[in-house]
Amino acid sequence: MKKLWTSLANYPPKNDPEAAKAVGTLVRRDPDWDEFLDDNTLEATTSRRDFLKLFGFSIATAAVAASCEQPVRKAIPYLIRPDEITPGKASYYASTFADGADYCSVLVKVRDGRPIKIEGNPLSAITRGGTSARVQASVLNLYDEARYKHPLISGKQADWEQLDKEVTASLDALNRAGRKVVLLTASLVSPSSLKLIEEFQQKFPVVAHCTYDAVSYSAMLEANQRVFGLELIPSYRFDKARLIVSFGADFLGTWLSTVEFTRQYAEGRSLTEGQQSISRHIQFESRLSLTGSNADERVLLKPSQEKQTLTALYNLLAARLGKEPYEDVQAPVNLDMLSRVLLENRGQSLVVSGSNEVSIQLLVNGINALLENYTTTIDLANPFLIKQGKDADMAGFVSDLENGNLGGVLFWDVNPVYDHPQGRMLKEAIEKLELSVSLSETCTETAAACRFVAPASHYLEAWDDAAVRPGSFSLAQPCIRPLFNTRQPQDSLLTWAGHTADYHGYIRQYWKENIYPVSGKVDFDTFWNTALRDGVFVTNPNPLLRPEFNTQALDEVLHAHPAVEAGFELELYEKTAIGAGRYSNNPWLQELPDPITKATWDNYLCVAPRDAAEQGWTDGDLLRIDDQITLPVLVQPGQMPGTLSAAVGYGRVVAGRVAEGVGQNVAPLIHPDNGIRQRWNVVASIQKVGQGYPIARTQTHTSMEGRDIIREASLREFLKNPSAGNEIQANAEIQRATLYQQYEYKGHHWGLAIDLNKCTGCSTCLVACSAENNVPVVGKEEVLRVHEMHWIRIDRYYEGSADQPRVYRQPVLCQHCDNAPCENVCPVAATNHSNEGLNQMAYNRCIGTRYCNNNCPYKVRRFNWFDYTMADSFKGNTRDPAGMTHDLKRMVLNPDVTVRSKGVIEKCSFCVQRIQEKKLEAKLENHPLADGEIQTACQQACPARALVFGDLNDKDSQVFRMFSDRRKYHLLEELNTLPSIGYLTRISHRGEKSILS
Amino acid sequence: MKESPLREPLLIGEKSYAIITADITAPIRQKPHKLWFAGITLSSLLAGIGVFAMSLTVWQGTGLWGINRTIGWGWAITNLVWWIGIGHAGTFISAILLLFRQKWRTSINRSAEAMTIFAVMCAGIFPLIHMGRLPLAHYILPYPNTRGVWVNFNSPLLWDVVAISTYLLVSVLFWYMGMIPDLATLRDRVKNKYLQPLYKFLSLGWTGSARHWSRHESMSLVLAGLAAPLVLSVHSIVSFDFATSVIPGWHTTIFPPYFVAGAIFSGFAMVLTLMLIARKAMNLEDYITIGHVESMNKIIIAMGSIVGIAYITELFMAWYSGSIYERFVFYNRAMGPYAWAYWIMMSCNVLWPQLLWFRRLRRSLVFTFILSIFINVGMWFERFVIVVTSLHRDFLPSSWSMYSPTPIEIAIFTGSLGIFFTLFLLFIRFFPVIAIAEVKGILKTSYAGYPKNDQLQ
Repeated sequence: MKKLWTSLANYPPKNDPEAAKAVGTLVRRDPDWDEFLDDNTLEATTSRRDFLKLFGFSIATAAVAASCEQPVRKAIPYLIRPDEITPGKASYYASTFADGADYCSVLVKVRDGRPIKIEGNPLSAITRGGTSARVQASVLNLYDEARYKHPLISGKQADWEQLDKEVTASLDALNRAGRKVVLLTASLVSPSSLKLIEEFQQKFPVVAHCTYDAVSYSAMLEANQRVFGLELIPSYRFDKARLIVSFGADFLGTWLSTVEFTRQYAEGRSLTEGQQSISRHIQFESRLSLTGSNADERVLLKPSQEKQTLTALYNLLAARLGKEPYEDVQAPVNLDMLSRVLLENRGQSLVVSGSNEVSIQLLVNGINALLENYTTTIDLANPFLIKQGKDADMAGFVSDLENGNLGGVLFWDVNPVYDHPQGRMLKEAIEKLELSVSLSETCTETAAACRFVAPASHYLEAWDDAAVRPGSFSLAQPCIRPLFNTRQPQDSLLTWAGHTADYHGYIRQYWKENIYPVSGKVDFDTFWNTALRDGVFVTNPNPLLRPEFNTQALDEVLHAHPAVEAGFELELYEKTAIGAGRYSNNPWLQELPDPITKATWDNYLCVAPRDAAEQGWTDGDLLRIDDQITLPVLVQPGQMPGTLSAAVGYGRVVAGRVAEGVGQNVAPLIHPDNGIRQRWNVVASIQKVGQGYPIARTQTHTSMEGRDIIREASLREFLKNPSAGNEIQANAEIQRATLYQQYEYKGHHWGLAIDLNKCTGCSTCLVACSAENNVPVVGKEEVLRVHEMHWIRIDRYYEGSADQPRVYRQPVLCQHCDNAPCENVCPVAATNHSNEGLNQMAYNRCIGTRYCNNNCPYKVRRFNWFDYTMADSFKGNTRDPAGMTHDLKRMVLNPDVTVRSKGVIEKCSFCVQRIQEKKLEAKLENHPLADGEIQTACQQACPARALVFGDLNDKDSQVFRMFSDRRKYHLLEELNTLPSIGYLTRISHRGEKSILS
Repeated sequence: MKESPLREPLLIGEKSYAIITADITAPIRQKPHKLWFAGITLSSLLAGIGVFAMSLTVWQGTGLWGINRTIGWGWAITNLVWWIGIGHAGTFISAILLLFRQKWRTSINRSAEAMTIFAVMCAGIFPLIHMGRLPLAHYILPYPNTRGVWVNFNSPLLWDVVAISTYLLVSVLFWYMGMIPDLATLRDRVKNKYLQPLYKFLSLGWTGSARHWSRHESMSLVLAGLAAPLVLSVHSIVSFDFATSVIPGWHTTIFPPYFVAGAIFSGFAMVLTLMLIARKAMNLEDYITIGHVESMNKIIIAMGSIVGIAYITELFMAWYSGSIYERFVFYNRAMGPYAWAYWIMMSCNVLWPQLLWFRRLRRSLVFTFILSIFINVGMWFERFVIVVTSLHRDFLPSSWSMYSPTPIEIAIFTGSLGIFFTLFLLFIRFFPVIAIAEVKGILKTSYAGYPKNDQLQ
């Protein structure tokens, strides 16, 4: 019988030598391997199969190992480190944004040689650290693929030498032949450039300089010329005005110096420093503008009724002052009370009009003169030097061009083929010219018609100076070498005029001769370097001027009452983001929701709700105007019945891939009246030709549904009770009882206060946030699908009737709740709370369940629905209609902020990269963080200073003071989410007794 | 004189142990019917399109769906909850009815359990593909890692993962355990040279000895005891996804019982839909009798009424709470832009099932079939109403928005139906749809012809 063993103890059997041997060789080796590794290869039994197996294995291993290798990327350090550049550390250079339409003194953030962000320059007495959406977005224009990359002759690539030779030859020939050449520029605020043009004209006497502004303010220039003998646009002081009456002037959105006016206006409405009163603002207008939406009272007025109303107001004021009233004109509204209140505020009021009609501007001047506002709220001695274009000059140019009186034209920063009503005719005429030169930076309709394109550098690549107001000088310096083979227009002119100096030297020379002597500085280099570092240089302003008012000019106007045709009145306006259309190719601006309509990527016809009901129009219906242009309808509450409004700046034909095909060009709809370019016209015909056109809007519901979202009270109630409108806040504080232990913030506790009295809704913060935090641009289709990505938004609600709604507005961003609903639902803890009160997002941990987004009561979280940024690990799935992933545009990305990939939630981080940077700096310099040292991007960009960021644990901080204000409340505080953002109740004159009924 | 039975017989016709075995194994032994091929072609086609749509979603991004900034969850989560709900009937029938010694479960428990498993598998697809970054789905598992990051145990989504995977595991075990004797029967009957070894492997050496039976019975009880609380816990935990949030319409303490009742309700409806087709197509009228259908209908009306009370309680609480947000959400559900979905839900789940109070309708196969479809639709809309209408108009009206599915989302949903039916058709082709051994067990007690039939062995 076979012997069985039962355990290892009796195995091996003691008398079985074979088994004992087997146990001795416990480590058994694979016989095949042994043989293979044996030296006796010849005798080895290794078969061909084994060899092939091993061979195959090694090849496969090698192949796998080789293909897994990462490509080598070399980081080459500076051999000699350039001055001022520390890799990873940003430098700031002062510069100036001045494009003829806007002026802003800026600081340019440069990281590793690339400008990546624009900030306001706090040293500027004019813009005071504020910026506008266009200024914020201007850094992206630097990286626009639509920029010219080299000179062009007849559309073909050329080099500068050849272009210079041909242009100079042509200029010489025209000069000798005595044929007129026009240098058409936008308003130039650069004194050096103006002097340079003079010198250019000396060299070529046939050259005439003509200024053309896409949006003309010619009537103001002319009205001031007629009544004061001063052809200028004065400076305004909205902060000094207790009563502001605006007739269609959108001074917070687009009218003249909006950054400056927004700050002034916000100061006039501020109640945080113990003020007991705020300015009162009355807006007469036909469309609901950004400015009108902020007004205490809004009066609907057709553009055709403006003159009548102003005449009546003038008469009433004159009568009250015992002056001779003119013939009685019936105003559409009762102005009796208004005239009385205006007189009560004599010298402390301000009447402005956005019209480009000389008679209206004359009346406005007359009213301001009666109210003695000159020298207090209006400063004629220190005029605003932007917008110097005169319609008569431009009309002369157009007729010269039309009639073939010109030999050549040089276009500098202007695009009349697109934005002039007779653009089509101009294009044909330009193509026939002997000499047509464009000094444009990007491709434009006008440049496309020109024979020569001498591409200009971006302002961040160029030297320049500006004197936007007497005594206020600023400098622009290049922050990067020109990216392409471009040259700034001044250098082109210098070359063509035969100068050897470059423009940098030219400016220095100009400043040395003209500005340095008044500075009182010891030596020029110190003066120059200081001015360059500061970006601005200020001398004493001109003394106040009280010029004689020439009433005769007014008499002529007051007696003329031309009849107005019946029919829909169409008004053209600029959108706060796109403006006149020069920057239409900027994706940030296209995607910026309009502050009122919340529409992106389009222009449309704003139609009054009553008209829409009567005519049977609804949103998205396509209307053909004057058989020329087809625009979609957008029914806009607060629009004057009988009027239509459409935005200029859209419908670009030659502008680059972003702008082309977006909207319609409405410029041809309004014909110049004797050369004066009006802003409105009576429409001859309207036909409905289609329907269902989608307009991408980021907010579609307009009512607050009676919820306590935006709290408001009138000034009168506020003076009685500082908690007015915010009474329930006390209750919310009491109900905050909890059984759980609250986390104690021992170090910093970051918070942001938003003063709803100051926020005007201009939306600059949105662009600033996009630029700072690499927020993707998603395009119209995605906005239509409610996939927009902005981290901060401005909610806008209407209340009351559709004809005359009250507008409410509130910036909403991540509230950084200390009891955040998003945090506890994330399964992977990708969103969590810092010990400084920040609600954080770990992007690389996020798996994209979107649970946090659902559970956020504020809906501020944004999901990367597609690969918008090319950061995804899958290939071929990028959705980037705006070209933001183009290598050139990616240069604008902020290296301090991760670019998020597909499938990840993102949201406001309170600019944590800025917090960390300043904390580190303070630590290295061994001092405690000072209040105000850390500024979030939205706060820094805000022209109204409506946002204040800081440490709530610092009892001396401004944010703590604002949090202690009895106006403070939290959004949806009844949910006990404990937000770190506090809003201050909006206090206005709304809800008080009307002065217009 | 006609003798009235104490209980309605659960087996009718000419039956013996051999006949039962022959009847039930017939579909496995014979060549399938043309209709079966038609069915599986259609369902696998749908499944294929669905899988393509899912791959597209994972590659391109969830932006292919109609969900947006405001409505982060749409059809996907609706489908998830719906499928999980359907997956409740099987375990309820086999575990809870087993514990309550309901003999009528024996005819339906096998297919109901199979349905459960397939439904839970379909449900499991949705939380995966609705993720923004599917390749990183393993982050949700609490495993030690060099990153030193741990999951968030506060999140109901994490509880979901645990609850659903446990439920799937226990359901599969229970189903397989119960099938072992039948697999052994198949092993002995089936001649196919590929299938026979498979059944042999799966039957784990079952010989039918008394010891096997004893262990089998006690294990069944143990698993039933384990599975019964799971029936209640899974959907409770799924409901926590909503109940623990702050969103009005989600933030409700009634959700766990309400969801469980709804789940059993919808599960039974789906079982009825499938069984009514199967008994006809597979000639199983003798095993799944009108009496079975009536018993199921009784549970349906009980559950339907609980669901109805839950709906009305929700409305009352919305009013009684005094919260303007809560009130608005329920007003908006009933009167807002998605009111049609709400009223489909209300009529399908509350109104029509009340007709089952009539005995004739309870025993009408046509009515039951139509009603079961209505309930399936109604319960889908219940989840749609909860997920979408609560989100689309929440606290801040500035963010309010609308949602409609894209063709991709619809294809994924129909794809999940395709996967479900493909699996179910394969199941009826390769496994006994009725628990042979268990049905034999009630032959002596619940078979009408038993006392008189001396053929019985």
